[in-house]
Amino acid sequence: MITKTQQLEPRNWVATHADYLYAYAIARINDEEQAKDLVQETFLAALQKVDKFEGKSSERTWLTAILKYKIIDVYRKKSSGLVVNADVQRAEQEQSDFFEPEYGHWNNEHAPKAFGIDYHDPLVNKEFNSILQKCMQKLPALWLSIFTMKHIDDQSTDVICSELKVTQSNFWVIIHRTKLNLRACLQKNWI
Amino acid sequence: MGTLKKIQNNCHKATFLIEKRLIGRITLRGKMELWIHLLGCGICRTYQKQTIKISQMIRQLFADSANSEKHLDDTFKKDMQDRIENELDKN
Repeated sequence: MITKTQQLEPRNWVATHADYLYAYAIARINDEEQAKDLVQETFLAALQKVDKFEGKSSERTWLTAILKYKIIDVYRKKSSGLVVNADVQRAEQEQSDFFEPEYGHWNNEHAPKAFGIDYHDPLVNKEFNSILQKCMQKLPALWLSIFTMKHIDDQSTDVICSELKVTQSNFWVIIHRTKLNLRACLQKNWI
Repeated sequence: MGTLKKIQNNCHKATFLIEKRLIGRITLRGKMELWIHLLGCGICRTYQKQTIKISQMIRQLFADSANSEKHLDDTFKKDMQDRIENELDKN
């Protein structure tokens, strides 16, 4: 069997992959300057590892994997420190009265109502997406990091927990809380 | 309050189980509890529909932004190209 191994061509990296990696980073960290830096750092780090490339994946997949680790570093920095606690507290406060305390039934005021989310109209979707993005930006950095790593990048729960230093049970609490706040934010701003 | 009543009233737990089941695994007991709860709770059935949809929309949003119009400016690209060429020429 002939297997075609992939080759690296660093001189073409900028032309071929820079915009892709930049968009990838922007979607995950929402900071243009930082995203630029990450792309640059990714290329430089990749150059140091060229001889470790085994040709099993495409050049783009390999570069993206390096970028992913750099993004996790950003997440880790964002989600540790003093500001973070206030961040999380505010978000937890927001949902403190979603459920009645005794048995955990929805409080009427916050109970999910149908809000036409199934509607498929490109123009409406565009508007909806911008609200969705705003709601995501309101989440604490730690929550958004965990959410993105799990829902978008399909990272394993073990990896996320060890990289971001949260316990398994706290991980699931955060996944739940993130969705509660996101959904409530959409309902509040969309209707 | 009996166990059944508790399950039927606990939307907090039901939504937790819904989220966990979406991306991970829940126990058989959890599945049963959720099934019983959703049978009687229209609000949580609405929640479930919405949360699945929201996940899809967020995935779509990320996929779209990967093909977005956001491009690096040419000056920055040229700088990067030069740095890469420099590094390569060192060896």
